[in-house]
Amino acid sequence: MNEHDRNAAAYWSANLRLIIGSLIIWALVSYGGGILFRPWLTDIRVGGTDLGFWFAQQGSILTFIVLIFFYAWRMNKLDKEFGLNEE
Amino acid sequence: MSQFAINLIFVGSSFALYIAIAIWARAGSTKEFYVAGGGVNPVMNGMATAADWMSAASFISMAGIIAAGGYATSSYLMGWTGGYVLLAMLLAPYLRKFGKFTVPEFIGDRFYSKNARFVAVACLIIASVTYVIGQMTGAGVAFSRFLEVESDTGLIIAGIVVFLYAVLGGMKGITYTQVAQYVVLIIAYTIPAVFISLQLTGNFLPPLGLFSNHLESGMPLLHKLDLVVRELGFADYTADVPNKLNMVLFTLSLMIGTAGLPHVIIRFFTVPKVSDARWSAGWALVFIALLYLTAPAVASMARLNLLTTIYPSGEVTNPIDYAHRPDWVKNWEQTGLITFEDKNGDGLIQLYNDQSESYKQVATERGWKGNELTVNNDILVLANPEIANLPSWVIGLIAAGGLAAALSTAAGLLLAISSAISHDLIKGSINPNISEKNELRAARISMAVAIVVATWLGMNPPGFAAQVVALAFGIAAASIFPALMMGIFSKRVNNKGAIAGMLAGLLSTMVYIFLYLGWFFIPGTAAFANTPENWLLGSMGYGISPLSFGAIGAMINFIVAFAVSSVTAAPPKHIQELVESVRYPKGAGVATGH
Repeated sequence: MNEHDRNAAAYWSANLRLIIGSLIIWALVSYGGGILFRPWLTDIRVGGTDLGFWFAQQGSILTFIVLIFFYAWRMNKLDKEFGLNEE
Repeated sequence: MSQFAINLIFVGSSFALYIAIAIWARAGSTKEFYVAGGGVNPVMNGMATAADWMSAASFISMAGIIAAGGYATSSYLMGWTGGYVLLAMLLAPYLRKFGKFTVPEFIGDRFYSKNARFVAVACLIIASVTYVIGQMTGAGVAFSRFLEVESDTGLIIAGIVVFLYAVLGGMKGITYTQVAQYVVLIIAYTIPAVFISLQLTGNFLPPLGLFSNHLESGMPLLHKLDLVVRELGFADYTADVPNKLNMVLFTLSLMIGTAGLPHVIIRFFTVPKVSDARWSAGWALVFIALLYLTAPAVASMARLNLLTTIYPSGEVTNPIDYAHRPDWVKNWEQTGLITFEDKNGDGLIQLYNDQSESYKQVATERGWKGNELTVNNDILVLANPEIANLPSWVIGLIAAGGLAAALSTAAGLLLAISSAISHDLIKGSINPNISEKNELRAARISMAVAIVVATWLGMNPPGFAAQVVALAFGIAAASIFPALMMGIFSKRVNNKGAIAGMLAGLLSTMVYIFLYLGWFFIPGTAAFANTPENWLLGSMGYGISPLSFGAIGAMINFIVAFAVSSVTAAPPKHIQELVESVRYPKGAGVATGH
C-alpha cells in the first residue's frame, strides 16, 4: 500500500465512523425516542403529552436537520484535510 | 369578488409564472435536459428537491391522515424526513461524484451489466408511474373543488402547463418551476396554519402551538383533544401503539423508500460539486421540515376545530342540526367528500366512533343509530381556511398551493421516467450511436408521451390508486436503495449478486403486497384478508403490514446479494477502481453523458 492509498483508506474509514455515529443518533431519536422507548418517557411531560410524542412528531425531524448539516460540515472539512476535495 | 374569481386569479397567475419560466429556461443540450446543466445552486436545489418530494400526498392528505390516526401515524412524519439522512450520507454525494445522468446508469456501470440496468429501469418505471397517478388525481380534486371545472378539463389544463415547461426545459425548466412551486406551496400551507394556531392557542408558530395551552379551555391543546375524542368513543389522539414492531418497520420502509426514489436522487445530479450535494440534502430537509413540522399542528387543530363545529356547546348530546350546518360543509358536500346520512331521523348531526364496541351501549341509550357524518381525510387541509373562517384570498392560495404540490412532483417523476427511456433504453441499448441532437429529441418525445399517459391515468385512475403508492415505496426500498448502497459501500458485490438481490427484494415485496391486496390489485384475488391478525407474525400480535414490508424486502435484497456474490467471481479491477473513485470527491468534474 503506498502513501496515496493509505491516505485514501484513512479518509474512507473516517467517513464510515462519522456515518455510523450519525446513524446511531438518527435511530435513537426516531426508532428509540419516538417509538420503542416511549412507554418509559411518559413521565417527562411536554405540553399535554409526553416526550415520546414530541420526538415522534417534532424532535426527530429537528435532529435529522442538525445531523445532515453536521455531516456536511465535517465531511467537507475532512475532504480538505485529506487533500481529496474538488478544486 | 366571488370566491371563484379569486381562486381563478391565484391559480391563473401561478400557472402564468410557470409558463414564463418555461420560456426563459429552455434546454439546449442533453446535459441541460437531464441535469439542468449541472450548475444549480445547492440552496436552490434544496428548494426544488422539497417541491419535487412534497407531493399531493404530503400537501393534501398527510395532515388528514394524522388527524384521524393521531400518534400512531407519526411514522409518516419520521419516515418521510428521516430518509434524507440516508440520502445525504449513503447515496447523494457518491452518485454526484459518479457524475452521470440517471440512476439505472450507475447500476448498469457499477454492476457491469445491461441486465442490471434493465432491472433498474423496470423498477424505476413501475415506482414512478404508480406515483404519478396519485399526483394527477390530487390535481383533479383541487380543480373540481376550487375552479368549478370538471376534473378532466382541469387535468388537461394541468397537462398542457407541465408539457410546456417539462418538454421545452427538461430538468432546467423543472428545477426553476419547482423553486417557484415550493414558494407557492409553503406559503399556502403555513398561512392558514398560523391563523388557526393563533385562534386556538395564541401562539403564531404552529409547531409550538401544538404543545401550548388551548385558549378556550385553558388546558394543553393535546390534552383537550384527547378528552374530546375519548368522549365520542375514539381512541386517544396521543395513545401509544401496542404493535411497535410494525411501526418501526413501516417507518424504516418509508425512510429507505424515500432515499431510493429515483426522481429525488436525480435532483442531486444538478449541483456543481460533491460538497454541494451534501449541503443541498440539508437544505432540502430544512425546506421540507417547514411543512412537516407544521402538518402535525394542522392535524390536531383541524380535528379539534371539526369536532367543536359539530358540538359547539361542548356537550356530545347537543350537536348542531343539519339545517344549520356551516357553509363549508355545504361546499364540500358537493364534491362528495363529505356525506351526511340522518340515520336516526332527528335532524341532528351525530359524529362519533360507531366501530367502538364499548361505546355502542352509550350510543344506543342516546338514540344514536350510527355515525352520520363521513369526512374524507383529504379535505382537511383544503377546507382548513373555510373551517377557521379565514378570508377568501387564503382559500385561493390553498388552491394554487395544492396544484403546485401535485404538479412539481409530477414533473420530477416524468423527468425520471423520460430520461430512463431516452438515456437508458434508447442511448444505452437500442441505439448507442445516437447523436446528441437526436437524443435530446428522443428525450422530449418520451417526456411528451409520458405526460399524455399520466394525464390519461389521472382522468381514468385505476381503482387501486391508493394502494399503489405503497407499492412505489416498497419497490424503491426493496430494490433500488440496496443496489445503490452496495454499489458504493461494497467492492465485493458483483453483477450476479446485485441482479439476484434486486429481483429477490422486488419479488418478495410485490408478492407480500399482492397476497393481502390482490394479485395486481385485482379485487377478489387476495389470498388473505388484509387485517392485522392475518399478517406475518399476526398471531403473536406483531403483524407486519403490507405497507411495512419494504424494509424486509430490502434486508432480503442485501442478504441475497452478499450470498450470491460470495460464491461467484469478484468484480473486475476496473469496477473496483470505479467504486474507489466515487468514494473520493477529488476529480469530480462536471456531469458527462458517457
